[in-house]
Amino acid sequence: MVQNQTPTVHPSADEAVGREHTRPSFRPDIDIYETRDEIVLVADVPGASGDDIDLNFENGVLDLHARVRPRRAENAAYLVQEYGVGDFHRSFQVSEDVDSSRISAEISGGVLTVRLPKAAAARPRKIEVRSR
Amino acid sequence: MMVRVNRIPMPTPGSLAREMDRLMQSFLRPGVLPLPTFTEAERPFPPLNVWEEGDAVFVEAELPGFTMDRLEVTIVGNELTIAGERPETKLPEDGVYHRRERRAGRFTRTLTLTVPINVDAVTAEMSNGVLLVRLPKAETARPRKIEVKAK
Repeated sequence: MVQNQTPTVHPSADEAVGREHTRPSFRPDIDIYETRDEIVLVADVPGASGDDIDLNFENGVLDLHARVRPRRAENAAYLVQEYGVGDFHRSFQVSEDVDSSRISAEISGGVLTVRLPKAAAARPRKIEVRSR
Repeated sequence: MMVRVNRIPMPTPGSLAREMDRLMQSFLRPGVLPLPTFTEAERPFPPLNVWEEGDAVFVEAELPGFTMDRLEVTIVGNELTIAGERPETKLPEDGVYHRRERRAGRFTRTLTLTVPINVDAVTAEMSNGVLLVRLPKAETARPRKIEVKAK
């Protein structure tokens, strides 16, 4: 079971290490589903490629950060602006027992898919009943 | 990745009143006709950003997970239409959703430009789920430097 943490627009941890926050960051839209063997997180991070993704899993918290570079010249004024452009950031509390060594991720067309395999102990086990 | 652009020639001009209205609008806001403002619930998909850079107008939309074959960019005179579809994620048989925020389905959006566009030179490109349409201004719309000769 994956639960959402309170969304943080400006992560305080980043400020502590002195990273600049001249541009705002955004909360990506996500889907989360669970199967017998794994938990799958799908996140929309348009504008980011594989090199731009930072994924960390520590103490049951999955931290996702996607860097997005500006796509227009700074002096070009918007005629219409309906969305902002900046990094994506979101954290998730994972309460299920996850085999962290086997977490994998792939990105395609601005969609990031993270697979969190359940630890063997957390998987449902079928217990066979023998008749005597 | 390049996106195919459908080009349809400019339709016959409308009534004089409509043309006057268009002209007035272009004075108020050069570039594009103002889009209506929406509340969060009725927000259209996808949101668009439009800007002017050099000799072109750029229209950008974030379309992660949209495949080329389901994306259509059409320019009719000075009206740009972006249409597409994002298929639903296929959930494994034993899968259960905990959270669903990503939208799926069909969408279409139209934008009216108030600067004359060189329709034949319009290009569209998709990169990391971001669609960028480049609409070069027609020669007549570009600022021209007029040389002044001394006598």
